Amino acid sequence: MTPLLEVQQVMVRYKTVQGPPLVALEDITLTINQGEFIGLVGPSGCGKSTLLALIAGLQAPTVGTVALYGDKAAKQLGRVAYMPQRDLLLPWRTALDNAITGLEVQGVARGSARARAQQLFAEFGLAGFERMYPAQLSGGMRQRVAFARTVLVANDLLLLDEPFGALDALTRASLQEWLAAIWGKLGLTCLFVTHDVDEALLLADRIYVLTKRPGRICLERQVPIARAQREGMFVHPDIAALKAELLAVLFDKQDKPGESSVAYPDH
Amino acid sequence: MIQQTHEQGDTTPQPPVNPTLHSDASLHSHLWKWRRWLQRWFLTLLPALICLFLLLVVWQWYTMQSGVNVLLLPSPFLVGTALVEQRDLLWSNMLVTLYETAVGLVTALATGVFFTTLMDFSSWFRRGIYPLLVMSQTVPFVAIAPLLIVWFGFGLLSKIFLITLVCFFPITVALTDGLSATDPEAIKLYRTFGASRVRIFWSLRLPGAVPALFSGIRIAVSYSILSAIFSEYIGATAGLGFYMQLNQSTFSTAGVMATIAVVALLTASLFGFTHLAEHLLIPWYYIPSRSAEK
Repeated sequence: MTPLLEVQQVMVRYKTVQGPPLVALEDITLTINQGEFIGLVGPSGCGKSTLLALIAGLQAPTVGTVALYGDKAAKQLGRVAYMPQRDLLLPWRTALDNAITGLEVQGVARGSARARAQQLFAEFGLAGFERMYPAQLSGGMRQRVAFARTVLVANDLLLLDEPFGALDALTRASLQEWLAAIWGKLGLTCLFVTHDVDEALLLADRIYVLTKRPGRICLERQVPIARAQREGMFVHPDIAALKAELLAVLFDKQDKPGESSVAYPDH
Repeated sequence: MIQQTHEQGDTTPQPPVNPTLHSDASLHSHLWKWRRWLQRWFLTLLPALICLFLLLVVWQWYTMQSGVNVLLLPSPFLVGTALVEQRDLLWSNMLVTLYETAVGLVTALATGVFFTTLMDFSSWFRRGIYPLLVMSQTVPFVAIAPLLIVWFGFGLLSKIFLITLVCFFPITVALTDGLSATDPEAIKLYRTFGASRVRIFWSLRLPGAVPALFSGIRIAVSYSILSAIFSEYIGATAGLGFYMQLNQSTFSTAGVMATIAVVALLTASLFGFTHLAEHLLIPWYYIPSRSAEK
């Protein structure tokens, strides 16, 4: 079966005003299959957000291809749902109207868009808050509204860029729990970027680890326990070993074996 | 309804005191909200009113004590009498000035928004027009006004033209600033929805720039009355500036001051109207954020 997303040997390089060109990402190859929840872990500045921007269609790679359903020429802009780090809710619109902004841009009639959002609000625990303005909502609620906005425009693939990063630890923990619980119901595929290894272990099926700039994929691991059975998972020996491995790679300053030594033609 | 004031840090539990958060607030809480709003406004104005009253008292006392010529400095009582006696003429002239100002402001707003949109969509246009706009402001309107009267006559057109010219710039600059302050992350988000540039402008950048536009409008309002009065003063057949000029040439200083008082009231009303419009059109801007409650 064609994987939903295939990123093949992508490199992103920026020209700088003086000095050598800046390589943000190098030799990135990853595959996402339908229904998977993929965690992308990496330190700050490793190019995670650039990779998401690439997959969302906001920029093109210098080298390499990004293919949706095997189609390399497909324009991703407007087809992939993207949730940035900040909620970016419009302060002049109510919570419900904020959730339907994506749908409206895509031409859905306001009435039916609102109905769909209403249903989602009930599932997301936001019932009763539809007519409130973002300034009146807490951080956790705003993030959930932003998530509703993202889910409503999602055809298949969701890109989440550290969605819980701006929240306090308690809210973050409760939202992680919430996301793990409703994930099954949504029937979507997700690429979730985080700098928190625990978060990735809690939510993802498979984890990719990125090194610091230039970002390279240095590790890919499957999380051995199914999401439904992850209660108290961190004491499990397999998980502890996996976590130790991930942390070791993240903190390690040496190059990992198996790095790409492919020479790129000059662009 | 008993309203208790709580000091900061008071931890005794209190009932929710903000009924505006509930969309189905009762009529009673609506009335209560308006009453509280009026009370707050009155308390804010009270010190200013007291100062004004004291000023009038000092002024009255001075005119009575020093015996200054009534043509130089009439007492507040005389000015008040002039206000009352000439109220019909003051009213009709005020309407003329108000009309010119309103038309000038609306034209400036429409032209300002139009030009800003053009400059936003075409950098070529922006590079061509913006320097000319800035240069147009370096010519003092005091010098342009007589020229406009020569070109357009004593009628309303010269006044409206001047007001539009003067008010156009602050509105344009404020709106341009507001548009440029759009969050680039929000623009990226809209692009991922597949939004076109027009769509991004209409749904994201323009609504977000309205508060900035209003601050430009407030500045324009303060300039508009001034330019209207000046323009009428130097050549008109009606309006408060013309009436002021008339009073001055007949040495009716009390009449002049009465007209000044009407001008001040008119300006204050315009400001108040703008403020009201702002609260009606962008109520979301004034919602206290939750972080302020902590």
